[in-house]
Amino acid sequence: MTTVEDATALLHPPVKRSILDRPRSTTGAWSWFTTVDHKKIAIMYGATAMFFFLVGGIEALMIRLQLAQPNGTILSAARYNEFFTMHGTTMVFLMGMPLAAAFGNYFLPLMIGARDVAFPRLNMFGYWVFLLGGAFIYSSFVLGGAPDGGWFGYAPLTSTPMSQGFLPGRGADFWAVGLIMLGIGSVATAVNFIVTALNMRAPGMTMMKMPVFVWMMLVVAFLTLFAMPPLTAALIQVFMDRNFHTNFFNAAAGGDPLLYQNLFWIFGHPEVYILILPGMAIVSEILPVFSRKPLFGYSVVVFSGIAIGFLGWGVWAHHMFATGIGPIATSAFSLSTMLIAIPTGVKIFNWLATVWGGSVRLRTPMLFALGFIAQFTIGGLSGVLHSIVPADTQQTDTYFVVAHFHYVLFGGLVFAIFGGIYYWYPKIFGKLLNEKLGKLNFWLMVIGFNLTFFPMHFLGMEGEPRRTYTYPNGMGWGTLNLMATIGAFIIAAGVAVFLVNVIFTAIRGERAPEDPWDARTLEWLTSSPPPEYNFAEIPVVTARDEFWHRKYTEDDEGRLVKLPPSDASRIPARHDPSEPHGIHMPSPSYWPFVVALGLPIIGYGFVFKLWWLLAIGVVILLFGINAWTSEPATEETH
Amino acid sequence: MLDRMQRLRRGAVTAVGMAAAVVVLASCGATGPRNHQNTIHPAGPAAQKILNLFTPFFWVAVVIGAAVVGMTIFIAIRFREKPGEERNPVQTHGNVVLEVSWTIIPFLILAVMAVPTVATIFNLAKIPHGRDVVHVEVDARQWFWQYVYTDKDTGFYTANEMHIPINHPIELTLKSNNVIHSFWVPELAGKKDVVPGHTNNLEIEASHPGVFTGQCAEYCGLSHANMRLRVVAQTQSDYDAWVAQQKTPLAPSKVVEFTKDISAKWGCLSCHSVTNLTSNIGVTIGPNLTHVADREAFAGDIYQMTQSNLAKWVYNAPARKPAGPLKGWMPDFSAEGMTMPQAQQIAHFLLCETATRPTAHPECR
Repeated sequence: MTTVEDATALLHPPVKRSILDRPRSTTGAWSWFTTVDHKKIAIMYGATAMFFFLVGGIEALMIRLQLAQPNGTILSAARYNEFFTMHGTTMVFLMGMPLAAAFGNYFLPLMIGARDVAFPRLNMFGYWVFLLGGAFIYSSFVLGGAPDGGWFGYAPLTSTPMSQGFLPGRGADFWAVGLIMLGIGSVATAVNFIVTALNMRAPGMTMMKMPVFVWMMLVVAFLTLFAMPPLTAALIQVFMDRNFHTNFFNAAAGGDPLLYQNLFWIFGHPEVYILILPGMAIVSEILPVFSRKPLFGYSVVVFSGIAIGFLGWGVWAHHMFATGIGPIATSAFSLSTMLIAIPTGVKIFNWLATVWGGSVRLRTPMLFALGFIAQFTIGGLSGVLHSIVPADTQQTDTYFVVAHFHYVLFGGLVFAIFGGIYYWYPKIFGKLLNEKLGKLNFWLMVIGFNLTFFPMHFLGMEGEPRRTYTYPNGMGWGTLNLMATIGAFIIAAGVAVFLVNVIFTAIRGERAPEDPWDARTLEWLTSSPPPEYNFAEIPVVTARDEFWHRKYTEDDEGRLVKLPPSDASRIPARHDPSEPHGIHMPSPSYWPFVVALGLPIIGYGFVFKLWWLLAIGVVILLFGINAWTSEPATEETH
Repeated sequence: MLDRMQRLRRGAVTAVGMAAAVVVLASCGATGPRNHQNTIHPAGPAAQKILNLFTPFFWVAVVIGAAVVGMTIFIAIRFREKPGEERNPVQTHGNVVLEVSWTIIPFLILAVMAVPTVATIFNLAKIPHGRDVVHVEVDARQWFWQYVYTDKDTGFYTANEMHIPINHPIELTLKSNNVIHSFWVPELAGKKDVVPGHTNNLEIEASHPGVFTGQCAEYCGLSHANMRLRVVAQTQSDYDAWVAQQKTPLAPSKVVEFTKDISAKWGCLSCHSVTNLTSNIGVTIGPNLTHVADREAFAGDIYQMTQSNLAKWVYNAPARKPAGPLKGWMPDFSAEGMTMPQAQQIAHFLLCETATRPTAHPECR
């Protein structure tokens, strides 16, 4: 028989005692370990990724020093191979993807008028997995040798047991296990972004009213969700071949090294778009704001992004044109690679048309966005040239390819990221970065970048292969390599100016106005930095570029007309906590951190074959998951 | 008079323009080093076909790139807001005609590009047949190349330095028993990977005599950079003379001398062989030594063939070419008690007793 008491107990279960009481504080140092606030998590993602950007940059500088002259002696072959492997691994997995996660985390919810992501604790888990995964991979430098099989880790070089000595050290083990771990975090974040974008939009925000940024992050999330599993499968096979004498990639026992390449590039090519689409997303927000015009052909830009997302799955074998897959396969992948250039070109033309006829304010974010267009175009065009398969058999694995993808990923992605940082800095920290230093930052990076990577096109044509720690005298490569090295240090100076700018702004920077750029999207419809709950009242959306349309309208000839200031365009005051309809925000939690902590312990257990350590990791993981799933998302505050 | 900001801006633009000019000019000036490894200087039909296909589309790309970059700069300057100005531009949301045309035009350009691309792919994939075809099996090792001449009139094997007759198609069969490598001689043909478990084919041909260098183009471990090679293209008579040299075995007394005096002590012949006929194939772990002194360079084509280089190599190879813990690689004999004079003696033997014409080496005169 059910009593009234029982029913009450069901509705209000007594507060369970756990080993750790649930954290409540949302301020202070400790709160950064327990926060589920998407904005705090975004800042942690950004800061950590920028740290790894510096580390990967130092590796690049060491590589450039070694190659500045023929027969360089700065680095040993072993160290060089570790550095180019870790430079690539760092910039792809520890800089590029996490920075996209940082921007997505901060602005995706704000731009759709949401108070947080769909799964705040999963979000936190993703960050900690990223940080611990990165630390795990880097710990290899002191625990038996850093990864040295290339960021692409081709089998059987990486998959042959360590006893054969194909690669010195345990690097490949750390690399495989570390990337599996990072993949778990990426998938968690991807799921979160997808559900958030699809389910948590403010009233009135239809899909075709979403900012392009949100659209592109949604495409990126889908790509991530489907791209990580084949990589994970390949990495597990590498690890099994290396440690448990399986023969997935061992040709002598019937395995196939090309299986690895197919799996890796089915991940690896969508990965290129996982990296570049966030750059396109950022640029698509900056250009309209600094041109005072809406994005030209919104729906075409959105559909091009989706088309890139789909076509990106059908081009992976263009990384394998020299492997002997035969003329039919190479022809097919050649054609699909040409096709993907079309939506990419459409985007470029639409961006240019956005700026055309605008009132262009050449502030630092805009300079970076324009730099993105110019440099990304060059990288895109050299990419199209790679689809000419016979020519690709000359260019692949040479410095021509190094030039190509740095034009896309540095000239493109990194420029977009810097533009995004300058653009949103006042939103995140309430202060504007210094404009003069910003411009110096930009020009140093433009000059340094082009000086570094433009000559590499020629080095590749002249026969210099990638991933070689030295080259002999008399090849005629010395001058261009020296230019590239000088350029790399100019880039470094640009990055140093950026760091000075951040420090300068922290000390001397003035408070930014609430809407410093006359912006268009919803994240500017709240104070800077936004309160924990983002919006005191969820905005009702009636137009694309909602915030802009609360400030402006168009006359009959399409000219801009400023509306008189109204309540709708005003940044609302902070929420009054005494107001009866309280805002329920998800509560902080320890458990995602604990679950994430289990992963590197399991990883070390695998790498060193310490089964007891692995068991400890599994226990921590399961304990954390159990505690996580048995605590409510939002703790009632009685 | 220009105000300070404008001057600064102009200065910056000029500086960037000049830097760009320097980069472009320096790069163009440097496109032509005659380094025997330059894709822009093809010396055979395959490399020539590739360059012919690439060049027109390269220039199309240059024009499009220059147009987009130029347009970006032009728009930025033309439509920039002057200080204090606040324009209210026309709010264009799109233009169907424009957007359709910049979808269709690239499509047409790419369609034009696709036709010769696919045609050349199939053209280059053809396997040559006929009596004038020379067949060579290429075995990629860590980190050198072994060449097995498999035709009836050849039937020997050598390493790193491949001799070919000009104007003959050379059909290479690419094999690896270790990791993936890539065979690449840029002036003769594009690269082709050497994949364990797969037998790939690559046709090369030289149109004129000359030395064409190349190197492994797929990362293959510690000494990937030290896995170089050269192809020596010769007239038919020179090539025939070389074949005859290769087929001449070492004098039995020399083989005995090497076996008893050197290998017995240091174990050279457990990895290397001093017979090179395919009818009597020996160990092929290290490069074949039968006529090693006839090659211009050794150790993956990285050291010139001199007695001093050979001695240093024999004395402590891992110090001259990083190999890390690779199993079965050339050991550091200095650690096994070899003295430099002993190394010199071995080097002298290798240089002067394996050479077809010892007088070619000043150390042997």
